[in-house]
Amino acid sequence: MSEITSQYLIDHFNFWVAVVLMMIGLYAMITKNNLIKKLIGMSIFQTAIILFYVSAGVKEGATIPILEHHVAETEQVEAGEHAEGHSTTKASSSHEVHAINPDDYSNPLPHVLMLTAIVVGVATLGVALAVSQVIYKNYGTLEEDEILAKIKAAENDG
Amino acid sequence: MAEQYPIIVLLVLLFGALFVGLAGMADRRVCFPLTMTALVLAVMVSVGILQRVISGGVIRYFVGGWSRPVGIGIELRIDTINALVLLTITTVGLLTALFSFRRVQEDKTEKTPLFYVLYLLLIMGLSGMVITGDAFNLYVLLEVSSLTSYALIAMGKSRRAAVAAFSYIIMGTIGASFYLLGVGYLYLRTGTLNMMEIHQAILALDGPSSTIVVAFVLILVGLMIKMAFFPLFGWLPNAYSYCPSSTSCVVAPLMTKVGVYVMVRMMLTVFGTEWVFENLQYTQWMVGIAVLAILAGSVMALAQVELKKMFCYLIVAEVGYMVGGAWMANHWGMVGTIYHIMGDAFMTLCMFLAAGIFVKQAGVVRIDQLDGMFRKMPWTMAGFVVGALAMIGIPPTCGFFSKLYLIRGGMESGHWGYVMALLISSLVNAVLFFRIFEIAYFGKKPAEGHGHHVDHSEESVIKEARPSALIPLLATAVIIVLLGLFNSNLVELIERSLQGSEVIGTRALSSKGGLG
Repeated sequence: MSEITSQYLIDHFNFWVAVVLMMIGLYAMITKNNLIKKLIGMSIFQTAIILFYVSAGVKEGATIPILEHHVAETEQVEAGEHAEGHSTTKASSSHEVHAINPDDYSNPLPHVLMLTAIVVGVATLGVALAVSQVIYKNYGTLEEDEILAKIKAAENDG
Repeated sequence: MAEQYPIIVLLVLLFGALFVGLAGMADRRVCFPLTMTALVLAVMVSVGILQRVISGGVIRYFVGGWSRPVGIGIELRIDTINALVLLTITTVGLLTALFSFRRVQEDKTEKTPLFYVLYLLLIMGLSGMVITGDAFNLYVLLEVSSLTSYALIAMGKSRRAAVAAFSYIIMGTIGASFYLLGVGYLYLRTGTLNMMEIHQAILALDGPSSTIVVAFVLILVGLMIKMAFFPLFGWLPNAYSYCPSSTSCVVAPLMTKVGVYVMVRMMLTVFGTEWVFENLQYTQWMVGIAVLAILAGSVMALAQVELKKMFCYLIVAEVGYMVGGAWMANHWGMVGTIYHIMGDAFMTLCMFLAAGIFVKQAGVVRIDQLDGMFRKMPWTMAGFVVGALAMIGIPPTCGFFSKLYLIRGGMESGHWGYVMALLISSLVNAVLFFRIFEIAYFGKKPAEGHGHHVDHSEESVIKEARPSALIPLLATAVIIVLLGLFNSNLVELIERSLQGSEVIGTRALSSKGGLG
């Protein structure tokens, strides 16, 4: 039983890391009193999701998804030697001779998506920091309980 | 030209924002005309899109010419539902821009260009969310619209605006991140981000897949935060009531409604109604929470003394209407929900425009300060009354017909609690708005009449609103009535896009499991 459990843990290792990081971030966002600490939690939370996506695109033993023409040409020669029977089809369409093996390359799509998500995260953080600056200007503090106390005091006065 | 409409509506707004930002640095006065030009063009193109969809069926537009079978392109997919919601968004944007004419220039002169840049980007993000056919593209546009709305809300003059914006940022980011995670699970299971292809991949799965269920729940929770569905609405009242009037007029009608629309889109197109209603069995739960949302929103609205806060809690109740309607697995419920997305956008716009005018012309924030308003500002009150009647649900306004469809759906599918909640909420709205009418028409009660002498000096100051504020309000009132009068045409259009579904597609089938 424990073997199955540990196997399950190992198989989904990247998921567990992402989940743990997410929970750390969520915890900080909800419980921390300081607004900047909340934002740090927010960044951890977003980074966890980015890691989740990036790890989903990774394959064991795969390389970056750039087609190397030099290597491809030598492979083409080798492939031609190996399979002479198909030479007619090769001559007609030399581009499709050596099909690119997708297992050799990691999946670029999740990584590219995460470039966008990183930009979104940076923009969110920027806006949030600017807003916390305004809060500091208005209330002279970044501690949530002090801000709430000042709001309450202002309400009672007005 | 006409086949490029879907991208033009986004580009017009995007480049509008760019030019407003650049030209605004040189001369502030060009910001408003440029913004209006961009929005008028956007409205015209949306009308063109609607016409094309009505005559030619679903539009599929591939951005950059990357057609789908090849692989990675983003698709914009427009059927009658998104065409209608798109037109609603751009129209609300145009009316509010007109309303903002004086306000923004008086409130923050050096920030005028920034306001309009953010404003156009917000409308662009919302429009993009509605017409995109790509789940990840939707996330990006969701964040574009959210980020701009955070900044717009933080521009408020009240000290509390920034605090409200901060809590909105935290909640909004959690919501968007959950959505992103859900899309990640969908991508892992189906290998695509295109909504239609995800749908086909889900249909092709042999057995029930827990990955898809997790993805759906994550997306649903994320969207529930974004649309302020009970009990995740905590950020909404403060954020919407402390922001500048011209911001609340665009954010309040649109943000929550587009959230509901995205949920409907997920249910209809991405996961498919068969899968959502028959596989998940969440119907009772979701409708039950919607009932709580309606009741909680209505009760809390009753307790408010500030006008804008009251409208904010009414939004919470209205979101309950729509989520409940969408989830009761009934043809009329879904039709009512989509119809209500449009109707409620204009009703909320009417409420917030009127509230903005009251604050500006008379400094009125609380309900009991409204006395004598019918005499002082007859045109404003006329527009407000139409919106209020729609909120209560009195024919021929659109509020009546959306409630009619929703109640019919509730009765056919046997959700009597929902029907009761809807009726109670209408009664509460009637109490709320007739209280306002009474104060505004007859003035304060004699017992409180001591304050009257003080008011006399003020009374001469309070004048009717300027045309730039009055025209949007009255136009909204006219639209509310028109939406009501032409409801059968709109419903017929909405039904066209629902036909593919076995569960909610046709009137006949949906009533099968109904009253009996």
